[in-house]
Amino acid sequence: MARKPAKPAKPAKLKKPAKQSAKPRKAAPAPATPQEEASLELLRKLSETVAVSGDEGPVRRLILETIKDLADEVKVDTLGNVFAIKPGPARAPRVMVAAHMDEVGFMIVGVDGDGLLKFEAVGGLDDRILLGKPVWIGESKVPGVIGMKPIHLVKNAERESVVKIDSLRIDVGATSRDSAGRLVRPGDRATFATPFTYLGPTARGKALDNRAGCATLVEILRGARSAYPVELICAFTVQEEVGLRGARVAGFAAKPDAAIVLDTTQANDLPAPDEEDENFKYNTRLGQGPAIYTQDGSTLHDRRLIKHLTAIAESKGIPYQFRQPGGGGTDAGAIQRTRAGVPTVSVSTPARYIHSPGALMSIDDYRNAARLVRAALENWDGKVLRR
Amino acid sequence: MDILAHLKTLVAAPGLSAYEAPIRDLIREAWAPLTNEIGGDNLGSLWATKHGAGKAPRKKIMLAAHMDAIGLMVKRVYQGFLWVTEIGGVDARVMPGQPVLVHGKETLPGVVASTPPHLLTPADRDKAVKLDDLMIDVGLPADRVAELVRVGDLVSFGQPAFEMNDWLVAKSLDNRASVAAVTACLDVLQGRQHTWDVVAVATAQEEETLGGAFTSAFSLNPDLAIAIDVTFASGPGLPEHKTFSLGDGPTLGWGPNLHPKLHKAILDVAAKSEIPCRVEVMPMHSGTDAYAIQVSREGIPTAVIGLPLKHMHTPVEVVSLKDITRAGRLMAEFIARLNDDFLASLALD
Amino acid sequence: MKPLIKKLVESYGPSGHEDQIRDLIRGEIKGLADYVTVDPLGNLIAVIKKKSKSGRKVMLAAHMDEIGVMVTHVDSKGFARFVPIGGVYATTCLGGRVRFADGTLGVIGIEDRKINSPSLDQMFIDVGATGVGDCPVRVGDAAGFYRPFEEVGSRLVAKSMDDRIGCAVLVEVMRALKRTPHEVQFAFTVQEEVGTRGAGPSAFGLEPDLALAVDVTLTGDTPKANKMAVSLGAGAAIKVRDSGMLADPRIVALLEQRAAEARLPAQREVLEGGSTDARSIQIARAGVPAGCVSIPCRHIHTPSEMVDLRDVEGAVSLILQTLEKPIEL
Repeated sequence: MARKPAKPAKPAKLKKPAKQSAKPRKAAPAPATPQEEASLELLRKLSETVAVSGDEGPVRRLILETIKDLADEVKVDTLGNVFAIKPGPARAPRVMVAAHMDEVGFMIVGVDGDGLLKFEAVGGLDDRILLGKPVWIGESKVPGVIGMKPIHLVKNAERESVVKIDSLRIDVGATSRDSAGRLVRPGDRATFATPFTYLGPTARGKALDNRAGCATLVEILRGARSAYPVELICAFTVQEEVGLRGARVAGFAAKPDAAIVLDTTQANDLPAPDEEDENFKYNTRLGQGPAIYTQDGSTLHDRRLIKHLTAIAESKGIPYQFRQPGGGGTDAGAIQRTRAGVPTVSVSTPARYIHSPGALMSIDDYRNAARLVRAALENWDGKVLRR
Repeated sequence: MDILAHLKTLVAAPGLSAYEAPIRDLIREAWAPLTNEIGGDNLGSLWATKHGAGKAPRKKIMLAAHMDAIGLMVKRVYQGFLWVTEIGGVDARVMPGQPVLVHGKETLPGVVASTPPHLLTPADRDKAVKLDDLMIDVGLPADRVAELVRVGDLVSFGQPAFEMNDWLVAKSLDNRASVAAVTACLDVLQGRQHTWDVVAVATAQEEETLGGAFTSAFSLNPDLAIAIDVTFASGPGLPEHKTFSLGDGPTLGWGPNLHPKLHKAILDVAAKSEIPCRVEVMPMHSGTDAYAIQVSREGIPTAVIGLPLKHMHTPVEVVSLKDITRAGRLMAEFIARLNDDFLASLALD
Repeated sequence: MKPLIKKLVESYGPSGHEDQIRDLIRGEIKGLADYVTVDPLGNLIAVIKKKSKSGRKVMLAAHMDEIGVMVTHVDSKGFARFVPIGGVYATTCLGGRVRFADGTLGVIGIEDRKINSPSLDQMFIDVGATGVGDCPVRVGDAAGFYRPFEEVGSRLVAKSMDDRIGCAVLVEVMRALKRTPHEVQFAFTVQEEVGTRGAGPSAFGLEPDLALAVDVTLTGDTPKANKMAVSLGAGAAIKVRDSGMLADPRIVALLEQRAAEARLPAQREVLEGGSTDARSIQIARAGVPAGCVSIPCRHIHTPSEMVDLRDVEGAVSLILQTLEKPIEL
């Protein structure tokens, strides 16, 4: 029994979605330089890597391989944070730029007798996004699916209620506990199975929160070749999604004078439910540039750094927006409070539908995030932190 | 070592969070003869260090078992009755009818008031009990109560311990059972060689803030840490994958709060020493001192060993003594195998 | 103390925007400390150095920041939507007035006045603008509540008694302290209202031997109040416990002893539903024995917080008593 699907929410500008193809398209919105192409290719690989909070190994190895010639010193600490250090001129301030490598996902917590897998969320996930989605399990991406009762067999009353995660199972095609055990084990991590694609000027992929931040951080590190007037510590952190854990120890170890956190934040710029009203809870808007934070759930961002970033953006003509105050959190919450305190600010690339199988990000916003932070570092001086 | 007798002594002491002095003294008495050095932190945690045989400066492993227990604190004295707030997580529903001890100028036995069914309407009987509604009655006239009890005085559970086959039923098995496991470990180590220093830490205030774990880890700055705490035993209506049978060995945590290679190394030792040990998946955090210790300073590789416990946070918790001695032995065997190369083997990439 | 209190409570300074109040306090304590500094997060630190070998390093912390609101959006008609900074109750906002850093005043209105349990996202700030173009406030601007200081008998009423009254106590202690064997570290902290964020880092820098926060606490003496044994006018409160920490029992005992010696009325405090900077200081670094001298206060987190001047003066005296004598924990 086919049913008419509900009308999807349309973004303000209606664009025909690009056909999803098996191979990632090289199409980028404006003519891309080879460096920009390489950066997007890195973003694709990062997005398609399975690395859930606490199990960042696969993405860490990819990042280590990518940055191995870009820094003077590269270290991995006990929790798995990656540090890449570029010294600056003598007595230069030390600036830490951080991006978290982990993504929200699942952990397999049990195997039923019939070969189906019990799982729990790692990080913040809405139970309602899980139904009927394909997943990848582990570094080798064992394919599975979060099944759902067919609509034909669902009673009307059930359709009014939310199916909670503990009633859901992942099916890997096994029919017994033993045969499942040959493929996966309790403790393995899983993510949505989403190949990275382009929809015109927009990229779609899983884990854009925060692989986009990681790819941006690689660009920042690459920019250090032209010598920033600061000592730069790039930190690819772990376990942000489960409590800003990696950032806390990274901040303690790095002892920076200031920190910039690169993350990805929700663009909720859909039409308001009542179409006559303005949507005043958009958080950020796609296509309006990287988003500078003022207040979120974890941090009151340092006003001197906000001022520096906005002044740089204005003077270089880099588009930017302010993320709406309220809610959420980034590694800044942890770094700001390390030792005797660190002035910190976050800059995020907007993306719709984060913490879902596929987020949508504007490629221009992604590029401008790197442009903005590079310019901020290039123009760092003693006045930035003056009160 | 008579672990049962030792444990019975430990659970009899109050020692609520921030007021651990009575239990700290008992633990010091037990650990001092088994170690070389006694110390502590600014929040009242107790440290006992057993030196290893290696050359100084030796590597250090911290065994953390919180000594504080949950209970209640008087917030108001009125007409001879006491209103209370919780220390740690107390489910108010378990309290009506419970015997308690009020630690005022004297230790007063008391009872948590309950309304007999004769006086209850059907609607009353469907209302869950709230902490704010509880009253404690010490059976004394109001003026005497006012002399003996003040705001801020502590109230501990008054249920005496008893044995049930191989199991012990008592209050405060969370986490005195783990303290006993550490004692058992130190006892085994009397007869074993080990290179590393072992610091047994009875942490303070875990039930409230993980305070003792934060401060002890910062002060000691160990190279490795194992937190031992109780975990959920199986029971009716409880999820299978999160609960464990009593008497089948301790559990070992797996998840972001635990170092994956340290986990594997301990599991190896368990297999080699034929100590039954089950993996406990912890998708987000361990709910133990390890949560604080792992992110101390520049990060510490941590593991969590769990002792299955029934009816956690009630006055009738139940634990298997076999699990305690096995956990102690597992830690001792792991420690005995630690050498100078171990930390390098933990490198993630 | 009243002129000082009035100046402090009427000053602007929501969490994260403490520049103005910090400058004001800095002016008030000029010449009173051996050195004054501002740390990386903006905490104002003033230290009176140690005079005797047996002296301890005692940290006193009072937070400068107040609760407030932050603009999230200016709509096409010039109304500003907002989120809270710290614990702001929707019920206290209706018809309230807020003031921004540059002095711009706004009124809080609501979509539907007949809503039973209003929430903050049904409200907006009206600064008298007609559109985005002539609206003087923008996304990210922060405002505090706006109410003048008033005296009601021996009681004082103002917005931000929480915790400008604590700051006033610290300033008064600094002014009145004659001699002490201890190093006294006065920390006027930032960002307490959003999670006691400034205090931990300031303690990390100062490495005190013990710490006392000075902050307000609720009372149990209003109609159908929480069952709490603290009353306005019954003296400074010595905190035993709040929802974020248990005070070090040795500090509770020390404060009680000093109060008894000086015949100061004091109350033992157990607070449910609130905490102070002491909880962050307690677990900073290798840990700090911490407690709190609390000022009983009614109607906390409304624009009309009420304290009793006798309790305030009692808190000053209690702290002076404690500082002027040796401290053995």
